[in-house]
Amino acid sequence: MTATLAPHREPGSPAPASSRRLADRVFRIREFGIVAVLVVFVAVTASIQSRFLSSTNIQFILVDATIFALLALGETIVVISRNVDLSVGSVLGLSAFLTARLASNTHGLPLPLVFLAGIGIGLLCGIVNGLMVTIGRVPSLVVTLATLYIIRGADVLIVGGGQVVPSSYYPSFLTISKATVAGIPDLAIVVAVVIAGGAYWLRTYRSGRELYAIGSNPDAARLAGIPMGRRVFTAFALSGAIAGVAGVLWASRYGTVDSTAGTSYELQVVAAVVVGGVAIFGGSGSVVGAAIGALLLQTINSALYVLGVSPNWDQAIAGFLLILAIVLDRLISLRLTASLRRRSARRGA
Amino acid sequence: MEHDVDAATGGGGGWGRLRPAMRWETGLVVVVIAIAIMGSSLSPQFLTANNFFNLGLNNGEIAIMALPMALIIISGEIDLSVESTLGMSSAVLGVLWADHWPMLAIFVVVAVVGALAGAINGLLVTRVGLPSLAVTIGTLALYRGIALILLGPRTVANFPTIYTNVGIVAIPHTDLPYSIGIFIVLAVIFAIVLHATPFGRSIYAMGDNAEAAMFAGLRVKRIKTTLFIVSGVASALAGVLFTFRLNTAVQDNGTGLSLDVVAIVLLAGVSIFGGKGSIGGVFLAVLAFAGLQNALLLTNFNQEATGLVTGGLLLVSVFVPNAAMFVRSIRRAVTRMTRRMPSEPALSMPRKDT
Repeated sequence: MTATLAPHREPGSPAPASSRRLADRVFRIREFGIVAVLVVFVAVTASIQSRFLSSTNIQFILVDATIFALLALGETIVVISRNVDLSVGSVLGLSAFLTARLASNTHGLPLPLVFLAGIGIGLLCGIVNGLMVTIGRVPSLVVTLATLYIIRGADVLIVGGGQVVPSSYYPSFLTISKATVAGIPDLAIVVAVVIAGGAYWLRTYRSGRELYAIGSNPDAARLAGIPMGRRVFTAFALSGAIAGVAGVLWASRYGTVDSTAGTSYELQVVAAVVVGGVAIFGGSGSVVGAAIGALLLQTINSALYVLGVSPNWDQAIAGFLLILAIVLDRLISLRLTASLRRRSARRGA
Repeated sequence: MEHDVDAATGGGGGWGRLRPAMRWETGLVVVVIAIAIMGSSLSPQFLTANNFFNLGLNNGEIAIMALPMALIIISGEIDLSVESTLGMSSAVLGVLWADHWPMLAIFVVVAVVGALAGAINGLLVTRVGLPSLAVTIGTLALYRGIALILLGPRTVANFPTIYTNVGIVAIPHTDLPYSIGIFIVLAVIFAIVLHATPFGRSIYAMGDNAEAAMFAGLRVKRIKTTLFIVSGVASALAGVLFTFRLNTAVQDNGTGLSLDVVAIVLLAGVSIFGGKGSIGGVFLAVLAFAGLQNALLLTNFNQEATGLVTGGLLLVSVFVPNAAMFVRSIRRAVTRMTRRMPSEPALSMPRKDT
């Protein structure tokens, strides 16, 4: 589980220990595995139903998957630090409604301001979560379970029975999720860049590496002088802000927003993160893996739909995959520990 | 953090161990009384037998699921899948009834389904060694998914009156709904098992320190698996009661209840880290939870927004013990500082190398 944790080192420098190389290889295979499953899935589905690879369908999958992958990015940052953020669905819902109302009430408003509003709402929620976890020293599971309720409750009170409908927006708001470059949605490109940035930060920057250290062994991290409170707080604030942005995108993608937007989305996000190879107890995993996990789950949903499988099967399959993913993860890490032990024993002899 | 807890509870044998829990429950009694006063001042309806009946009716299933959840959390695990086990049992009940199975056979099947659902959770947690949080989030989706596959958009609603009456009439000669009657009986059984048997005491031991419990010869894995199975069966029972109360089996029966159940158990003073809590606390927490929901109902508070209050309650219940801990640690820090002030700043670690 702690295998990807490496001392802070310049990127590109050769990995010294052979155990480190082995760990690296296994985890690279791990992400490769998800990609392989994805490719097989797409190939099989496309061979049965060619409509699956139509450009509109691909665009739909990509746009849905980007919102999902964005949330998975925030969740990964939190999960790596051995915490969990269950409030992302509620934050998304609150941000989606408030920004949608903003976009439909004030037509002259420039788009960046709408996004800023979304970020602000999400950031506020994330800061509250982060403060309660770090200063209040309450387990994140409990804190975010509570804020999941509270934020959704606030959402319901604000929205009441109302909803925002697509016709009320100014047109440019709805085109956020529809514009494409060479058949690829702009949104997918932007989110891919954001995820790449997140991956780079977690891999190379001190503050990113320290999140792994905290998740891997909190006591050791504390003794090593890592400012745990500040790092974990940042993780929650980021996760909140990202969920806020996802809310804006959600409103743009689906148009109609009421108080149920994003309900129980948090579990799907956690599922995507875990399927993507991020250990639920922290210290290991990558943002890219989580994003591919999100893409895989979204593709599976879409494939089932195209293949004419009833959408009734979606949830059972998602749940089954999640369990399969953590079982595999466990088996791999057991194997890894065993082989590391063998290796060090051989060297000792 | 753990050191503080140890210092507070480990001190004086049996009574020293019990005292913090007692204090928590005293606090809950005060909360329940406060809610009763608040409720009756809000509406003259609040303290009537009829209202109590409705209050019990709306919370019976949650209360039943809270009992095994308390044991699971005390043992250091969590089961988020209870609402989906409830939904899946409800779906099985609906489908089999629509297929004209005899009701008694259906009950047996539903109980087996619940036990299997719990066994899957338990085995994945104990034998494969997976975190229960991740496993039960997975089965939360899986079991709900199975309910969806079984029922689809269908609703089954033509249950015979003998059974649906169980959900809406009181036990003869009382004002208690059946679900609350069942809860009380189960609460007594759970209390005896948890507080007065070796099995129950071992749940505390493994919640406090699973490794130590294992080395002490406790069958940690077997006991935890048993707890998950009990939770599955209780959720299945809750599913049957839920279905009869609403006279409908739909795929989304019970959605969102897991969080209510966890909120009640934490409000009861059960520590999320395991090893602490009591059935008496759960009983009081059920009263507080139900009373608060009911008081809100009487004030025409938006029904969908009651999560606001549930969440707030959950936060308060985890912050209050931490607040006491804060005060203690601040006081200790202050005394340490004042004691050190006059002398030279001492090294905090004894040096061994000289």
